[in-house]
Amino acid sequence: MNNNIALECRGITKTFGHVVANKNVNLSVKRGEILSILGENGSGKTTLMNMISGIYFPDQGSIFVNGTEVSIRSPKDAFNLKIGMIHQHFKLVDVFDATENIVLGLSGKKFNIKKAKKEIQETCDKYGFEIDLSKKIYDMSVSEKQTVEIVKVLYRGADILILDEPTAVLTPQEIQKLFAVLRRMRDDGKAIIIITHKLHEVLELSDRVSVLRKGEYIGTVNTAESTEQSLTEMMVGEKISLDIDRPEPHDTKDRLVVKGLDCFNADGVKVLDDISFVAKSGEILGIAGIAGSGQRELLEAIAGLQKLSGGEIVYNDPKTEKAENLRNKTPIEIKNLGVRLSFVPEDRLGMGLVGNMGIADNMMLRSYKRGKSMFLERKEPKKLANKIIDDLKVVTPDANTPVRRLSGGNVQKVLVGREIAASPTVLMAAYPVRGLDINSSYTIYNLLTEQKEKGVAVIFVGEDLDVLLDLCDRILVLSDGRVTGIVDGRTAKKEEIGLLMTKSKEGK
Amino acid sequence: MAREKKVHNPLFHVVKREPLPFLPALGIRAAAVVAALIVSALVITVLSQQNPLEVYKSMFEGSFGSSVRIWNLALNLAMLLCVSLVVTPAFKMKFWNIGAEGQVLISGLATVACMFFLGDQFAFLGDKKPYVLIPIMLGASILAGILWAVLPAIAKALWNTNETLFTLMMNYIAIQLVAYFLKKYVKSGSGVLEPMPQHGLPVIGDMDYLLSILIVLALTVIVYVYLKHSKQGYEISVVGESVNTAKYIGINVKKVIIRTLAISGAIAGVAGFLLVGGINHTISTTTVGGRGFTAIMVSWLAKFNPLTMIITSFLIVFMERGAEQISSDFNVDPSISDILTGIILFFIIGCEFFLQYKIVFNKNRKEEV
Repeated sequence: MNNNIALECRGITKTFGHVVANKNVNLSVKRGEILSILGENGSGKTTLMNMISGIYFPDQGSIFVNGTEVSIRSPKDAFNLKIGMIHQHFKLVDVFDATENIVLGLSGKKFNIKKAKKEIQETCDKYGFEIDLSKKIYDMSVSEKQTVEIVKVLYRGADILILDEPTAVLTPQEIQKLFAVLRRMRDDGKAIIIITHKLHEVLELSDRVSVLRKGEYIGTVNTAESTEQSLTEMMVGEKISLDIDRPEPHDTKDRLVVKGLDCFNADGVKVLDDISFVAKSGEILGIAGIAGSGQRELLEAIAGLQKLSGGEIVYNDPKTEKAENLRNKTPIEIKNLGVRLSFVPEDRLGMGLVGNMGIADNMMLRSYKRGKSMFLERKEPKKLANKIIDDLKVVTPDANTPVRRLSGGNVQKVLVGREIAASPTVLMAAYPVRGLDINSSYTIYNLLTEQKEKGVAVIFVGEDLDVLLDLCDRILVLSDGRVTGIVDGRTAKKEEIGLLMTKSKEGK
Repeated sequence: MAREKKVHNPLFHVVKREPLPFLPALGIRAAAVVAALIVSALVITVLSQQNPLEVYKSMFEGSFGSSVRIWNLALNLAMLLCVSLVVTPAFKMKFWNIGAEGQVLISGLATVACMFFLGDQFAFLGDKKPYVLIPIMLGASILAGILWAVLPAIAKALWNTNETLFTLMMNYIAIQLVAYFLKKYVKSGSGVLEPMPQHGLPVIGDMDYLLSILIVLALTVIVYVYLKHSKQGYEISVVGESVNTAKYIGINVKKVIIRTLAISGAIAGVAGFLLVGGINHTISTTTVGGRGFTAIMVSWLAKFNPLTMIITSFLIVFMERGAEQISSDFNVDPSISDILTGIILFFIIGCEFFLQYKIVFNKNRKEEV
């Protein structure tokens, strides 16, 4: 056995009910190496890491740390083995500052926080972290919180670091900073595992790549010898085209004119600040921005779910040519005006669908009120459900299976299918491919493009800048609730959007 | 050094299982009942030195031993079922109404007040009296029930107050109002109101309770159809599953909360009307007898399905009657029968865990590494 191997998994299997999350997975990471774990959502990456960090216990298989077999029964065991995990969702106490969060839970009789702070600062300097240790978590940006999480595991002496999709919430500039720090840690002899599904990051950062597909271990390759295309094939198991079709828009008309929207959230914080833009028919308008920059509030305001304190939303009816102001109208009032507005919300099971109901009953959400009878009419929704199952190839036992039991991609197909079935004139979709595998993602992109070709004004909120640049005709960039720019999707550069995404923050 | 170290795997771990088909699920439930009976038998033998088989026999006889007992069983089942129907629409909406006790009691008070104050006023109508008095009793009872249920709903809808506390507190108000009524209007000062069967519900043949039981059965079917097949029932499910989804599709959540609790209150009105007008013909602070709380269990065990609630309320009534029978037959302390009820319910509720999870023992635990 190679003495340089820090962590090795052999034949790991884990099942949840009938779902096999991991099946006979082998994996090893050396000291002084960055290993990427690549796989589509649902391929078992996070489950595997949770077993290494003691959150789950494997059904079968063994884990070796530094050549010794170990049993990791709790996060504490993992910590004692010097394994540190940085989760996708940060586990920090908001009202504490960075230092307090880092030392939280450490045992010892007498604790000297000043001394600890000095030691933490030394760790930061060693690897080049830029962080104010006295800053409270609630004042921090996502990137700063992530830094705190990384420093926390390093300060506690972790030699094996696992990062679960660390770049999902960062801007391109912040990603570069993170990568620089990770490389420095690698050079210091740490073993680093990074979970991601962004291919270009894998190619840029890692030394080796292990690929999982549907819970099964496919293989490990040296990054230097692979390309985006070869990795995709390993991930998906077949050759697929990575190009998105983008026809030129034609006959565009101003469908939705938004002027000077202002909105405060429940805490009285201004979440939308003087937002103005035009959504045109036959065009996809992308919305880019760091998570929580006002995307959700903006779409909800248009859909009639947010109270606005200023501005107007003017809808130009394609049939009657009338202009209607939708501001502060309820969803029912908007519908009664004859506005065919479809909305695929970010929270699919918590807002767009009812998880415990079947596909047919979920179809009814939009149409149950039709007709005068006080009883439900279940035939039409059932027909629609079966049509969507056939057309979009939804994998489900039948139309009555609760949608929460379907995979993320299938849930999304059901939701998008229902919203498109209403033949909308405006279609808003918030993060419609989040958590979807590559094939389902392309199905959704094609559906959106299809709608655009039919003359629908499509508004697409996305997080992957590469996709936004490939799919959208124009891209609106939000930062801190303000529009910092509207760029042309065909000519704009990623870096340009990245700068716009953080613009107003730096200006403060 | 590493060789000497043994790997200590945990003895077992818990794994979520896929949804079970109907028959194996029934099997697990049956096994739970058998296990409960065995454990109860041990407890009986140790604590009361009785033959457990004899005890079970007496338990069964408590419910089915004679036609009077069967009638009693049916009546108690019907009343528990009726009170369970009160909480079910609200529970389906995830509105935790634990005030059924008070809602039914206040309805009963309204009924008894009509009987007490108006009963003799309408005596001049002779045979036609019930046609006037009974609708008044029912109407007053339903209004009282709606008032008691809608107050917490309005507060919840408008100010998002905690419905559990609010409905619970309303119980005490209802109990105190009944106590006040009895103190003020019972002339003898005993606090016990003489039954007034002459103002009660008509009797079908010589079967005192048949009418009440039939009304409850009809109500059960109505509530089932309402929840499952009506548009309003669909709205209740959507609001219960996710308020955000309800808002997203344009349901007026406040309206649905208030409307649903008004329906709950109306059912409470029927329950109170039957309890007082059809069965007891009088009222005391314990007329509802804790059914308002037992109903919570009935409704939950049946997963809020009114038809399944017939079975779960039967189960609970059967055990209560059986427990009473044991303590009188064997002259044991009533707490023994409470212990038995507890054990059986523990197993029945506990087996739900095994329907969703299975336990996997680690085979290679003792292997040397």
